[in-house]
Amino acid sequence: MATLTIRDVRKSFGATEVLKGIDLEAEDGEFIALVGPSGCGKSTLLAMIAGLETVTSGEIHIGGRMVNSVAPKDRDIAMVFQSYALYPTMTVRENITFGMESRGVPKPEQDAAVERVAAFLQIEPLLKRKPGQLSGGQRQRVAMGRALVRDPSLFLFDEPLSNLDAKLRVDMRTEIKKMHHQVCKTTIYVTHDQVEAMTLASRIAVMHKGEVQQFDQPKNVYARPANLFVAGFMGSPSMNFISADVVAAPDGRSAIRFPMGEGADAVLALHGDYAGLKPGGKVVFGVRPEHIFRDDPDLSARKPGIATLDAPVEVVEPTGAETIAILRFGAQEIVGRFDPDTAPGMGETVTLGIDMAHACLFDPTTERLI
Amino acid sequence: MAEAISDNAKWDAEASRARTRHLLSRVIIYGLLLVFAAIYLLPLAVVVMNSFRSLPEIAEHGLIAFPRSFEFDAWSDAWNSFCLNGACEGMKRNFFNSLWMTIPATIISTMLGAINGYVLSKWRFRGSEVLFTCMLLGVFMPGQVALMPWATILGAAGLSNSTAGLVLVHVIQGISFTTLFCRNYFVAIPDDLIKAARIDGAGFWRIFWKIILPLSPPILIVTVIWQFTGIWNEFLFGVVFTSGREQPITAALFALAGNQTNVREYDVMSAGVLIAALPPLLIYFFGGKYFVRGLTAGAIK
Repeated sequence: MATLTIRDVRKSFGATEVLKGIDLEAEDGEFIALVGPSGCGKSTLLAMIAGLETVTSGEIHIGGRMVNSVAPKDRDIAMVFQSYALYPTMTVRENITFGMESRGVPKPEQDAAVERVAAFLQIEPLLKRKPGQLSGGQRQRVAMGRALVRDPSLFLFDEPLSNLDAKLRVDMRTEIKKMHHQVCKTTIYVTHDQVEAMTLASRIAVMHKGEVQQFDQPKNVYARPANLFVAGFMGSPSMNFISADVVAAPDGRSAIRFPMGEGADAVLALHGDYAGLKPGGKVVFGVRPEHIFRDDPDLSARKPGIATLDAPVEVVEPTGAETIAILRFGAQEIVGRFDPDTAPGMGETVTLGIDMAHACLFDPTTERLI
Repeated sequence: MAEAISDNAKWDAEASRARTRHLLSRVIIYGLLLVFAAIYLLPLAVVVMNSFRSLPEIAEHGLIAFPRSFEFDAWSDAWNSFCLNGACEGMKRNFFNSLWMTIPATIISTMLGAINGYVLSKWRFRGSEVLFTCMLLGVFMPGQVALMPWATILGAAGLSNSTAGLVLVHVIQGISFTTLFCRNYFVAIPDDLIKAARIDGAGFWRIFWKIILPLSPPILIVTVIWQFTGIWNEFLFGVVFTSGREQPITAALFALAGNQTNVREYDVMSAGVLIAALPPLLIYFFGGKYFVRGLTAGAIK
């Protein structure tokens, strides 16, 4: 049983406040991703959970025990570092047993633990090698082995995949997910890669400027981002933002209006409950690229809340699985994601369907989701 | 076709001229290098030869001449029986004084430097940078400045005119350098290693012994060579704080050269100089390649 509770944790380096009151909690066995751009404080927060940084104020509880002034070694945690931090002068086996030796675990027990972990991670042939003789992926495995062998109540990962090449990163991501599924230990995973956060986490904490912007399940963070920052950070290509006026649609529903260039305006009826919106107000209209598509009467009939408009296509970027098109909405460039078979050509003007059921509206002053 | 042949001939001529030029420049470069090497080595050669010549021969043919006799008398004289400061037992005792001074002082100052460097790079505390800067001042402080304070301290500690006193002086005087060397080397060791070890349950000393020291041989060799040669060759403290039989070999050498009572015994002096120079030479001979490697070693991957 290991839960993690973080209550109003703050951290200052001199006069700079790096963390401004963080509240998080992880259930037993949960996989929490801390994601955000560099400098958002996520690594500092992880170091504080590990006990490598002091807590300026607030409380950190691991398994119900307050650990603010507990030494790292007594917190029952294991950590995997971005640089792997393998001890260069020791063999892989010595790297894995170093922690047990420090704690005075008897030799037969150590050997059994090494066998178990080496078999689990398939690194038996590497046990006699030094870290310098391993490839990046092998080092990553050994670093995970060193963490696993501890059988801790809490796993901490600090951007563990950032030093790997793209293909290996995807493989190791899967491995980490499998590993977590098998050991089912509470895990805190720091990354700047929103795809890693989406694929691995049971809940994501999006951090920015020392604050948690949103803490929720991946699908909610993606579909209903709490504010403009989260909406722009999660997803690639990122969400399109259009400043729009609120108007009343002919059928009495609320609608948004924004210029399309040459004096023409687009009016899109909103789908959903926007009772709070008053005509004449201003909003930021957010729509993800995959919710912009070539209009199709069949689809419009099946799915409610599809608005249509015509827009010229400026650039088309095929990636194989999908085709990204840059569309011109007046002064703004809007990114749409198309099926390669029905993708528009460059210079073509295409009738687009916009899935208003998935649209997000933000308040332009508070930047929060409406 | 004909044109091509004449072209080839032209190129061949060019190529052979270039080769001659290249050869000539090599000959000039190596010739110059040989001349300068000879100039540099000549004094050593003269001393080595004189140590094997007999005194009458030196008197007859002058200091710089090829040996006509070959004997080891000067060496055994210098080692065993030459009269210095009123005692006729050669430089043997001074040689061992130097050894018993240099070895402990080197080991202790290197270990202290390593621990200081470890603390100042990996366990920083409020004011550690200021402390490091203060220690660095010691690097630039001339030894003469410390003569009077040291005389007082050694007197008060009852270590005047003893090898132990000189060990103390050299350990303290050497800490600035050893700390500087080790600290700058340890800074390049990734902090993540220390963090990982702390989570693994290792404490201050275990991290030092198991992680830092195994990574340190290059810098430790540099520090040991530096300290050994520096302390062995040091003259000022030896001559000021000790006298007679307690003097290190550098001070004894000076006494030997300044011995005005009888004829200048150039053969014995030469042998004495070589005896005094041998240990640092050996150290550098065996550790020299590590010295260069350690000084140029960058980050540890």
